[in-house]
Formats: sequence, C-alpha cells, structure tokens
Amino acid sequence: MSYIALSDQDKKEMLARIGVSSVDELFGCLPDEIKLTRKLNLREAMTEPELIRCFEELSAKNGYVGHLSFLGAGIYRHFIPAVVDALSSRGEFLTPYTPYQPEVSQGTLQAIFEYQTLICQLTGMDISNASLYDGAMAAAEAVLMANRLNGKPKILVARSLHPQYRETIRTYVKNLGVRIEEVAFGDCGGVKTDDLLKHLGMDTSAVLVQSPNFFGAVEELKKFCDLAHGHQALFIVAVAEGASLGILEAPGAVGADIVCGEAQSFGLAPSFGGPHLGFMACKKEHLRQLPGRIAGQTKDVDGRRGFVLTLSTREQHIRREKATSNICTNQAWCALRATMFLETLGPDGLRDMAVQNIQKADYALGRLTAVRGVKARFSGRVFNEFVLQFPRDVRSVEAGLRAKGIVGGLGLNELYPELADCALFCVTEVHTKADIDQLAAALEEVLR
Amino acid sequence: MTREPLIFEVSAKGKRAYRLPKLDVPANPDVLEGLPVRTGIPDFPEVSEVELVRHFTRLSQQNYCVDIGFYPLGSCTMKYNPKVNERVAGLPGFVGAHPLAPADLVQGNLEVLGLLEDALCEIAGMEAFTLQPSAGAQGELTGMMLIRACLEAAGRPRKVVLIPDSAHGTNPSSAHLCGYTVQEIKSNENGTVDLEDLAKRMTEDVAALMVTNPNTLGVFEYDIRKIADIVHAKGGFLYMDGANMNALTGICRPGDMGVDVIHINLHKTFSTPHGGGGPGSGPVGVKKIFEPFLPVPRVARKAGAFVLDFDRPKSIGRVRSFYGNFLVIVKALAYILTLGPDGLRELAETAVLNANYIRKSLDQDYHLKYTTPTLHECVFSDKFQKENGISNLDIAKRLIDLGVHPPTMSFPLIVHGALMVEPTETESRRDLDQFIEAMKQIAREAKENPEILKSAPHASYVRRLDETAAARNPIVKWEKSR
Repeated sequence: MSYIALSDQDKKEMLARIGVSSVDELFGCLPDEIKLTRKLNLREAMTEPELIRCFEELSAKNGYVGHLSFLGAGIYRHFIPAVVDALSSRGEFLTPYTPYQPEVSQGTLQAIFEYQTLICQLTGMDISNASLYDGAMAAAEAVLMANRLNGKPKILVARSLHPQYRETIRTYVKNLGVRIEEVAFGDCGGVKTDDLLKHLGMDTSAVLVQSPNFFGAVEELKKFCDLAHGHQALFIVAVAEGASLGILEAPGAVGADIVCGEAQSFGLAPSFGGPHLGFMACKKEHLRQLPGRIAGQTKDVDGRRGFVLTLSTREQHIRREKATSNICTNQAWCALRATMFLETLGPDGLRDMAVQNIQKADYALGRLTAVRGVKARFSGRVFNEFVLQFPRDVRSVEAGLRAKGIVGGLGLNELYPELADCALFCVTEVHTKADIDQLAAALEEVLR
Repeated sequence: MTREPLIFEVSAKGKRAYRLPKLDVPANPDVLEGLPVRTGIPDFPEVSEVELVRHFTRLSQQNYCVDIGFYPLGSCTMKYNPKVNERVAGLPGFVGAHPLAPADLVQGNLEVLGLLEDALCEIAGMEAFTLQPSAGAQGELTGMMLIRACLEAAGRPRKVVLIPDSAHGTNPSSAHLCGYTVQEIKSNENGTVDLEDLAKRMTEDVAALMVTNPNTLGVFEYDIRKIADIVHAKGGFLYMDGANMNALTGICRPGDMGVDVIHINLHKTFSTPHGGGGPGSGPVGVKKIFEPFLPVPRVARKAGAFVLDFDRPKSIGRVRSFYGNFLVIVKALAYILTLGPDGLRELAETAVLNANYIRKSLDQDYHLKYTTPTLHECVFSDKFQKENGISNLDIAKRLIDLGVHPPTMSFPLIVHGALMVEPTETESRRDLDQFIEAMKQIAREAKENPEILKSAPHASYVRRLDETAAARNPIVKWEKSR
C-alpha cells in the first residue's frame, strides 16, 4: 500500500515541466558511489487488513492486559472519559504542527493556554510552560533551570525521588559541572530531615523532593522548603502522580520555586511508558529561565483576543546554543488530552477521584497488612501507593501472585537494595473492592 | 465566526461532566486526618459534557491541519498521517501495558521495539538504534552524549563541535547541553559545507561535525564522503541530523556515507502525527563502536524471548523514563510495514519530484538565493517582493487567505527573508497546483496591490496578532478579573 496521490500522467507532466526525463535524474546531485544499488532488505508492503492482523497478533502477545495488576511506580491507571478519546482524535488536533502560524492555530493555542492555566491552578504556581516530554525529563530540566537561576554547583535530590527521574537527572547534568547528592529517607518513607541538614549548605542550588514520593508517602514539603530557603537554595517539588493534586495541598502554597512532574494520570493510558506528559511550573520572577514553549494572550489588529507562542527569545531557534533548553517539539497533543480530562472532571470530580485513591489504598493497606508476616515498611501517610515488607524473598512472592494471575507490586530488590524484602503496590479508583480482596486472599495463600 | 470563550469563562458552580462510581470499600472517616489537604482548587472550571464537547469541537475548527490541506512547512515533513496507524496504536495490548510489567507479559511490545530498531538500521545503514529519545532535539542530545562518552572512554572528550551556519537551532543548543562549545562552519556559494573552512577548523580539539543532509536548503552535501574523511582523519565523528531523511529513504543510507551517529524523526519521515507540537520520537542510530554507550535499557533476545538488558556499565544512562514514546513507535513501524522497500523508495522519489515541481513552477516569481539542485525542499526568498515593501511574513499571511498553510519562514538563517517549502510525497497534483497558483497570485498582488498583503490575513478566525505585545507584557494564563 502506498500513500502517493499522483497518477502516472501527473508524474509525466511534472517531470516535463521540470525538464528532466526521469525521477532518477533528480537524484543526479548525489554521488553515484553512495547510492543504494539494491532494494532495502525489509518485509514486502502490507495491505491494510494484513497490517491490522500483524499488529493484532503483536498486541495479543502482551499477556499483561489479562492480569489483575497493582503496578504503579510513576505510571497510573485511571479511568479516561469517552469525551477525551473522541475529541482528541479529531484530525484538527492530531495533524497540525507546532502553532507557528497563530492565525490558523487558535484551537491548539487556546487549548495550551487553558492547559497552562489548569497546571497553575493545580500546582499553585504563577507560570506553566506548554509541556515537556515526561516527568523524568521535566525533573532534569528543573535541575538545570535552578542551576541557571543561582549558579550554585550542588543539587540535593531525595533518594525517595523516582529512580528513573534520578537516573535521567544524572544523564543530563553529567557534562555540565553540576553535582548531585542524594538525601536519605527515614522510617516514615519520606526525606530524613537530619540527612537533609547534613547535605544542605550555601553551595546548594536546589533541593528536589517528590510528593507523594516513589514509595507513595506524602512528604513534609513545608518543612523542607523552609530549610532550603534558609540556605538560599531553591525548592523544587516533583509530582509523579498528578491525581494527588486533586486533594493534597498545592506545592506553590508551601513556597516551592519550581514544580515539575508527570501528568500521565490526566487522560493518558499506560501505553508501555509513553507518550506521556511532562509538566513544569514556576514563580513568575523565573519566567525567562523556564524552558519549553509558552502560549500567551494578545490581540489581533482588530483588537480581538488571540493566542500566540511567546517569549521565544529563550528558545533554541533564536538563541541557538545560549537557549534555556534544546527542547523544540514538546507533547502538545498529550497536554490537550490532559486539558480535556481535567475540564471533564472539574474540581469536584478530581477531588472525588483523589479521595477514592486514598480510601482504596487505605483499605488495601489494612487488608494486606492483616496477612500474617506482611508489614507496612514505612509509617508515613500515603496517597495511592505503599511499600509492603515480606517475611521471605520478594521474588518468590511475586512469582506466587503471578501464578494466581496477579501482577504486582513492584519488587524493590533491584532499585533499592536496602529494601530487598519489599514491594511497591498501587491501588487507584479503577480497582474494585473485589480486586483488593482477591489480592489479599492470594497473598494469604502465597505466604501460607 | 463568533469567538470561543475560554472554558473558565463559561464555568458555573456545580456543573459536572463526570461522576465517579460510588466508593465500594468501607469508607474510613479519618482517612484525610493529618494529611496536608487543600481547601479547593480556586477557579478550576466546572462545565457540563455537552458544553465541553462543543468547546473543543469549535476550537478544533480554528486549526488548520494536514487532514484539511497542503501544509508545506520546510524541514517539518507534514505528510499525510494514515488513519490505520491510529487504529493499530490503539490496540489494548499496546495502550494497556504497564512499562514495568514482567518481560514475559509484554513480549509483543518488546518485539515492536525490536522490529523498528532492525528496520531503522536497514533504512539508515547503521548498526544499532535506540528508540528512547522523545523527539529530534532529545535525539541530538543523546547522540552527542554518545560521542562524548566514546571519546572519554578513549581518553579525552575534546572541546568543540562544528556546525554549519545553515543548521537548525537545536543542533548548537544540544551540543552546548553536552558541554561543548560550538563553532560555525560557513556555507559556500552552493549552500553546502565549505570544505576549506572545515579542514581549517577540524583539529584534534573537535569532537564532531553535526551535519544535516540534505541540508536545510534541500541541497545534498555532494562531498559527504570527503567531509567524513576530513573529520575522521582528526579522530572526530560525523553526526547527521536526519530531519531530512524524507529525501533519502531507499535511495542512499547515511551509514554508507561515513556517518557515525544519526537521529531520525519518526514524526517526520515515518508519518506519525505532529499533534500540534508533539509527541514526536527521535531514535538514534550508531555504528558498532557506540553500541556499548547507548541508553539503558536495551531490548535483547535471550533463549528465543525478548528481554530488557539493564546491565550495560558503559551506558550514558537514561535520557527519559521507560523506553520512549511507545505508541509513536508503533505508528512508525506500521508506516514502514505498509510501504515496504519499494514504497519507501517511492516515498523519497515522489517527495523530491513534488519539491522540484514547485521549485520550477515558481522560480520566475520568487528569488532563489542558491541555484544548486535541491531534493525534497526548496528555499525561496522575498527579495523580489521586497522591492514593493512586501516581506516573507506578508506572503505567509496572505497564503492563509488563499487556503494553504504558509511555508517555514525566516529559516535557514543564511537566506534572508526565507520561505522554505517542503511539499512531501503524499500531496496530489491539485494541491500542489493550488499552492503554486496562490504563490503566483501573491507575487502579482505584491506589485499591483501590496496593501492586501500587508493587511493579510483577512479570512482567518483572528487577524494578524501582535506578537511583540505578547512578549512584552506576558499573559500566560487566565485569571479571574477582579
């Protein structure tokens, strides 16, 4: 199958107008010695029905979807209302480019403007960009931004920050002379204040804390923010589970300077890890160091409101190597879905959803820790994830649950050697009471 | 057309478009005690479902898009995005899979990754690919990190990256993020890399040359092999920005030209929808010596099954979470499987035919700074129209009135007043001719009625917008008026 729209007659006439006798002549500007003299060694072309069959077979090789799963760890399953799929799949949203010509891109631009407003309302911050690739990259960009803002060399990162976010930050700063130090977690599952104080100094550029953190624990943001500010360091909050913002205090309310994270929970399916939605918001005095696209409001020549991409002098296409970031394309369509999702739920829907997550996690934690030998590893309050400690090897527990058609939690033995006998479980509003009871019963049998 | 309000302006307390099922576990009345709970989300919108649907449907109608018509943005490759690719990317095994699921439960997804890596290796003539980078710019950054890691392992990362003056702005920005200083290489009178300038600057302090081929003028670097030799002779590496691969699929392969590292934009060459500015995907292909440094994890085959290999001590690490923009990867693979080897060659041939047809049809009406033969795109300038006080901006805005999307403007920087046209392979003769006619009409209007250009667009939802005011006094969110 081909998507070429020219007839043979068209081609003939077009070649004639150009003044060449064949398409090959148009490639005369390539040296012969590099031209491919054979066909590409790829599967022969497929028709549409063949293609669908091929992908249905590939899709069916993912046995995961038939399992009851309690995996979270940065990717969360939440219900996605039908309007989100129906509206976002319109060609007018799916097939335009970045809105460089605002007069014919008001739909995308207004949606981004609404998105930026929603992110500001949720995080309690002044300014949001138009999105970044994902939470891990947003965390890395936040660290770079802090370094640009105060020029200090050291970044303190909570060990309870998502391991993949920490890895991505390390990759990004490796060649830039920024030092990363990890701050330990305590028995509550959150940042250990003593250890933070030990690392914190006047050479600290920023303190980065995730809340709810990788273990699901809600961090004492206010306390850490005040400590950071006391040392003239910036305070960065990462949010990997956006749904928590429906009920938990906005990071802006405790004084955070930059809030970054992952908004996959807002209308994006797990999708084997992407595409998802990095977000970033900051105080208004830092606007000109914020990376990524930003939509702004203006007027047209008739005085009517319209929207444009703005502050582009921060960006690579103008500033080249002096830009705030190298990002060009972002995740506009994912941000559009998040906008639709949030506007569908509204404040009450979002709050109800967040509270159900807390209630169900609370119920699950109670049911599971009632199983003999199972303990909650941490004492801190959680949102929709928690760490369980088992009396025996976590891999055998995982295998036992697997044999009963259950996936999860996530064994922490490799990510955190100090939590080798622990696993991270996630429960959201899509899990029913029966699902949780089934997990508890299975665990009971596995550990018998 | 009436103006569509912001959703916040139609919000009314208590309206709902969604209701959760009743909580089915016993409610713990004290569950929020001790948690830092917010009192509400001030001014968060509340609307009914029908209002929401109409809001976004009306907003969608204010967008121009590939599904509506010709979209000749140079270097952006705005081709048709096949509908079947959306359908297959929506299959439950793909959208439903958690990325941390045990490997034996996601064999299909790992196979998709393996299939696309293999196909890209064959198409680009490279020996390994990583699909992790989320877009072209992240691909560039990853590629430069690989070069740096490889040089470091050999003893010295070096200091400088050379970049032609015709390059996209992400190139210098990515090199800079990787800790390199950037030196610009001049273009010669053909618009290609000046070999003398390159030879002079190519010292043992230079880590790499980043070259776009064909370059942003659409001109193929005829001396690419010589360029590679000059760079390699000093122990440096040749990085290729593959943004313009649409000119080359099935015709020639970067790996055969001496390219060491390349990124490819799946949202350009392989037709995944641009989504109004993402998600994209920017896989990076390398020659064998870079393979140990690729981001973790790698997809590998072990005992007849796919596994994820994290045990790679030389890896540069992760550049993002998980394995990349997976659903974009699915769509790109679907495109490659649909086209097959003959279709991929026909893709490049037709893209080049269409671009040359436009170039030839307009070369009397618009100035071409470089007369070198071009492949998949061509760059006109507003030099002729400037005589009547008309700029490329005026031309672009008038095109909107005439029903086509304007070309890329003011880029590359080496052409003043640039209009960079890339038609892609999927356009019909009728659409090409409509664009050509519109451009000719504008050239006439520039002489006869320049005012109509200066005040364009007239027929769009909003008219010319004040971008200076937007930047001077940034309003970047809605706030309740007090």
